[in-house]
Amino acid sequence: MAITEVQSHARTLKPRNIRFKLWQPGPFVFLLPTLASIGAVAIYPVLLGLWLSLRDTTLASPTDTFIGLGNYLQIVSDSQFWNAWIHTMQFTTASTLLETLLGLMIALVLSEQFRGRGIVRAAMLVPWAIPTVVTSKMFGWLFDGQNGIVNYLLRSVGLIPHNVDWIGSPDFALMTIIIADVWKTTPFMALLLLAGLQTIPGTLAEASVIDGANAWQHFWYVRLPLLTPTLLIASMFRALDAFRIFDLVYVLTGGGPADATEVLSTLTYKQLFSALQVGYGSALATIMFITEIVIAVIFGVFLLRKMREVGQ
Amino acid sequence: MSNMAIAQRKLRQGFTFPSRGRILIYLCALVIVCWSVGPFLWQMSTSLQPDRELLSSTPRLIPYPITIEHFVNIFAAKSFHRYIINSVIVTITTTFLCLLFGSIAAYALARLDIRGRFRVLGFILGVSMFPQIAIVGPLYVLGSNFGWLDTYRVLIVIYLALGLPLVTWVLFGYFRSIPQTIDEAARIDGARPLTIFFRIILPMSLPAVVTTGLLCFIAAWNEFMFALAFTSDINHQTVPVGIANFTGLHYVPWGDIAAASVVVTLPLVIMVLVFQQHIISGLTGGAVKE
Repeated sequence: MAITEVQSHARTLKPRNIRFKLWQPGPFVFLLPTLASIGAVAIYPVLLGLWLSLRDTTLASPTDTFIGLGNYLQIVSDSQFWNAWIHTMQFTTASTLLETLLGLMIALVLSEQFRGRGIVRAAMLVPWAIPTVVTSKMFGWLFDGQNGIVNYLLRSVGLIPHNVDWIGSPDFALMTIIIADVWKTTPFMALLLLAGLQTIPGTLAEASVIDGANAWQHFWYVRLPLLTPTLLIASMFRALDAFRIFDLVYVLTGGGPADATEVLSTLTYKQLFSALQVGYGSALATIMFITEIVIAVIFGVFLLRKMREVGQ
Repeated sequence: MSNMAIAQRKLRQGFTFPSRGRILIYLCALVIVCWSVGPFLWQMSTSLQPDRELLSSTPRLIPYPITIEHFVNIFAAKSFHRYIINSVIVTITTTFLCLLFGSIAAYALARLDIRGRFRVLGFILGVSMFPQIAIVGPLYVLGSNFGWLDTYRVLIVIYLALGLPLVTWVLFGYFRSIPQTIDEAARIDGARPLTIFFRIILPMSLPAVVTTGLLCFIAAWNEFMFALAFTSDINHQTVPVGIANFTGLHYVPWGDIAAASVVVTLPLVIMVLVFQQHIISGLTGGAVKE
């Protein structure tokens, strides 16, 4: 320790290095614009939000008093909150599971060599590139209760006797949102998993063929264990993203009908910008933030355990 | 067996009917393609059909007769070009600043002597996982204190911070892959870090920079919640807000919505298809390496 310190002093004392130091800003300066904007737009607002969540304050009136955990207590006894909480959990679980499973299936298909594979991969980027607002409107039209093509197709093959109001009925609205989200996000999931599959050495496939493994055994005993870390990382990002869903719900149903699709983000947004309850809304946002951390930690623990098992 | 040998054997055998597994794979591929592009194709078809066709009891997949009334309508009656101009200004500025700041940061993290570089990188990435709803309220309070509501700059500053983690992360990975000897050679020739960066590393990394810029562009172009919260008039609202507000008094103008969707999405789709190889490696690189 002491010796290296002396050595580094000696180095800085060399004339060439002194000139270098004088002319050069330290490398940390290069990070400044990035860290400053992230600090100003993410870190500081989160802290400010934490502070606001402890206060009874609105945008409309000048009242602003410190009420400690009052907002949080109010939230816990608020049936609207639990309603949104349940929908958010339903949506997060369903969409993450569906997207991971479908994404894995698509990735397995695409990991085979076949002509036109590039076209399929390119086509899969289309849903990802489309703005979510456009996706929402698009599914609003596809699933329209009167002239939607989904109703028409299902009626033609006899699956439904008459038109279903997918978006306007409390029974189907959340399901429609999940379908729209699966459409938009599965391809991306598949591409992530495909990239993971392609890092598995081809020699392992040859080895399992020589050992007489069939396709299923090869998948289950060779590829799946090796893919697990990627699978966990991808589904963690997906779950974190699904938990904060906003655009799709806000544009497709606005949280309705009869609050049947209200999720935490839309509820928070309405508290902040319609009811102008800054304190209450900030408390909701803070609860969401903490939940996200919990989700990330749970996945992180799983990931570490799996990584240790695989021995990476 | 080499490809050559396989090809020769195939030639000898003549045409062989593909096996059941092959057929299954092609069938799956077909389903994937239809599922991915089908809804957008239907949107395109919708945008070219007159309202009375859209409201008829049997939908027509191929538009006939073709009409451009919806495209005329969105520009003439709904001033859709205003939203497009706003979006272009915000998005281009954001992308430029993101690339400038993010690439310098990535360069410093990847190639200069920074203590705890992975901790800094982890911090930047961790921030990108913040739920955006957690910052929209406080930022709104700050924005209104500064008098920044209904401005381009408030959106640019926010999108900049939201885009920087991705840009830094992707470019960090790319810069790491360039041999360190190049820097050393330049440094021996007397070049300073910033010179090395702008004259050597950046030009070498142009494909990665273009891809990252595209990712940044798409993210800013598609962002909805902040634009919705911070802008309230047509002079600053962006395209997603514009489309979300497309509602008729008595019925939903599906044709107009479809036309607007096509106008703002087709350029994106074309760009994505052109750069697809780079985008896929840029997007998936981070999750798979480690």
